[in-house]
Amino acid sequence: MNFVSLVLVNLGRNKLRTVLTTLSVTMALFLFCALGGILDTLKASIEAGSRQRLITRNAISLVFPMPQSYGPRIAAVDGVRKVAIQNWFGGQDPRGNQHFYAQFGVDDAFWDIYRKEMIIVQASEPATPVAVPEGADPKLAGYFAEQTSCVIGEKLLLKNEWKLGQTITLNGTIYPGNWEYTIRAVYRAKDPAFGEETMFFPYRYLEQKGMGGSGQAGIYVLDLTSPDRAIGVTKVVDEMFKNSNAATRTESEQAFQAGFVSMYGNIPFVLRVIGLAVVFAILGIAANTMMMAMRERTAEFGVMKTLGFSDSTVFALVLSEAAIITLGGGILGALLAKLSVSGLTTGFLPPLVIEWSTIATGIGVAVLLGAVSGLVPAYQASKLRIVDALRRVD
Amino acid sequence: MAIPFEYNLRNVMNRPVSTFTTALGIGLTVAIFIGALALAAGFRAALVSTGRDDNAIVLRKGADSEISSGLSRDQVQILRASPEIAAGPDGRPLVTADLVVVTNKDRKGQAGSSNIIVRGVDPQAGAVRGNIKLIAGRTFTPGTDEVIVGRRIAPRFKDCNVGDRIRFQQRDFTVVGHFSAGGSAFESEVWGDVEVLAPALQRSNTFQTVVFRMQDPAQLAALKTRVEADPRLQAQVLSERDFFMRQSESFTTLITVLGTFITLIMGVGALFGAANTMFAAIGARSREIATLLVLGFSPASVMLAFVVESVLIAAIGGALGILMALPVNGITSSTTNFSSFSELAFQFTVTPEAMASGMIFALVLGLVGGFFPALHASRQSLSAALRGG
Repeated sequence: MNFVSLVLVNLGRNKLRTVLTTLSVTMALFLFCALGGILDTLKASIEAGSRQRLITRNAISLVFPMPQSYGPRIAAVDGVRKVAIQNWFGGQDPRGNQHFYAQFGVDDAFWDIYRKEMIIVQASEPATPVAVPEGADPKLAGYFAEQTSCVIGEKLLLKNEWKLGQTITLNGTIYPGNWEYTIRAVYRAKDPAFGEETMFFPYRYLEQKGMGGSGQAGIYVLDLTSPDRAIGVTKVVDEMFKNSNAATRTESEQAFQAGFVSMYGNIPFVLRVIGLAVVFAILGIAANTMMMAMRERTAEFGVMKTLGFSDSTVFALVLSEAAIITLGGGILGALLAKLSVSGLTTGFLPPLVIEWSTIATGIGVAVLLGAVSGLVPAYQASKLRIVDALRRVD
Repeated sequence: MAIPFEYNLRNVMNRPVSTFTTALGIGLTVAIFIGALALAAGFRAALVSTGRDDNAIVLRKGADSEISSGLSRDQVQILRASPEIAAGPDGRPLVTADLVVVTNKDRKGQAGSSNIIVRGVDPQAGAVRGNIKLIAGRTFTPGTDEVIVGRRIAPRFKDCNVGDRIRFQQRDFTVVGHFSAGGSAFESEVWGDVEVLAPALQRSNTFQTVVFRMQDPAQLAALKTRVEADPRLQAQVLSERDFFMRQSESFTTLITVLGTFITLIMGVGALFGAANTMFAAIGARSREIATLLVLGFSPASVMLAFVVESVLIAAIGGALGILMALPVNGITSSTTNFSSFSELAFQFTVTPEAMASGMIFALVLGLVGGFFPALHASRQSLSAALRGG
């Protein structure tokens, strides 16, 4: 009988216990990886921001708009390729709060700046041919031909079972009234972190119906000629409006996104603490099982040692048994998390992603668990004196 | 005849390490469960205590939060004349038209900035809310550029000490006091005179809400009907408490769902652990159990004895969990209130109900985890058990 089969036989001796322990490790690692996935997703949503783009907003806070006259002035700054307007709409789906999704009013330049981020997968043809703004995808002609049109993320479309050409409604909260939009195009994100659950509609619709043509803009997105210009442009833009009625605050798109993530406050820390607690709880369970398994087999170790098994072989036997249980449970749990949790969506977060590095960490933790929980019993077993082992009765 | 409880107690104490590790597994699960409930309860308490039952809040029709609401000066004047408004001790009506503005301010002691709410209020606002107490300095003088800062944000943001100058847009304001507000969300806000703050923040002719004390809370229904039917107002009326309770709903739901999800999965893990321990305990004692059966104890009482033992371990775990969760009580944390996109500080609140739920959860884990091992114990073959071992 070689070493491996000896370990396997020992594992199979009390199948129920092996299965129960493995499953508890599976549960722990599932949770560990799922929580890690939430942290991964938060991180990914920050990194989704490009270094080549800056966001300029009102210095007081996001809620305050800026005059539209800022647009051309920012565009004239050296190093800025193009400037787009983006405005949070915050409408409510008439079906209720649980159907919430993000909506933005965006101007024509937006479709140039963000063209690299999305692929238009469905689009209506315009009734009469129209010119598409410079830099935008020609497939968006149907969208540009109307004012009450919109572009929808593919996931959002599927989730709501909407169809191209359908009219959807929103109740305005910031901009009162009933708003109707016709779906004229559907986009797919090239990078999942960009998200596919957002609705974009023409800024002029928002401006005319919602702002009474007040000439305001929510935020400006600045596309730079090169990422190296970011610091210089930030300074010039904020300096330009410093003493005006609406002072600005310009930062990289990444920093802007990070600001949203920091709004979650201590939640990421709480998740980490929970992850740690889970690991400790399971460590206890696994260690307990290994100790029980050893206690039962004390006499047997005496026999094995009598037969000539060395202390180190006995040590390795016990440790391998623990490692196989935790490794098996760990891999199972981690993969389960990867398969079932990935892609889930929750209100404000982009779809959950679990990075392979998190899976690897999880499996690493599992191996560590096995080592720690098996160490004490393995040491005890290896140091066991034959005479004590054979004398001991339970 | 039932097997004496002492038998279980001694068994549990006879293998302290195994009992402790199992109890710890259950305990950590319970601790996380109670922690999640404490977070949700603290957040809800902060928002619910913000509103009063006898106050009515008027918002624009369709607005789902203060910041998305807007009322014109004319509309506010109409509302100020409502006959339902109660008078304060000084004879002035208890009404305030609030300007609610989200402003981005730098944190103190750490990099980055966060949104806080600046609330422009009428001089009577403190009396309308009822729970506003100054804990340092004095209140703002109406008509001047003075503000008071809630005690939760005062230590965490720059320029918030009494005597500091804090800038909003192009104007500097002087912080003249710090206030507490019974743990409510107001403690995370900056308050000043609405007539001074509004022009400084370029909001001269719009307000967000009108809040007033009703002479009698029973007037709410009639008030609601009258105001909502008035075509000049285009407004909605709620009790202030209901309004703030609704603001807390989405976050508390999120935390409760997340907490329950985590707890359930951990609970299953802990359940397997408990079952394992009981199987081992029973396996090691099969001869003893057989003896009990031979002596005439019925299988049912043997089964009961082992379920009790499992529940006993779980109860120890539950107690451990409560002990581990207790230190979070009172910890101040903050998160964003997503209905205002601003910081809201709250205190973890471990309620007796949460502790009771935690204990019940532990006992259920023990009950379920011990059931099958106990069933196994009561059904084992006597001859095999007595022969082997």
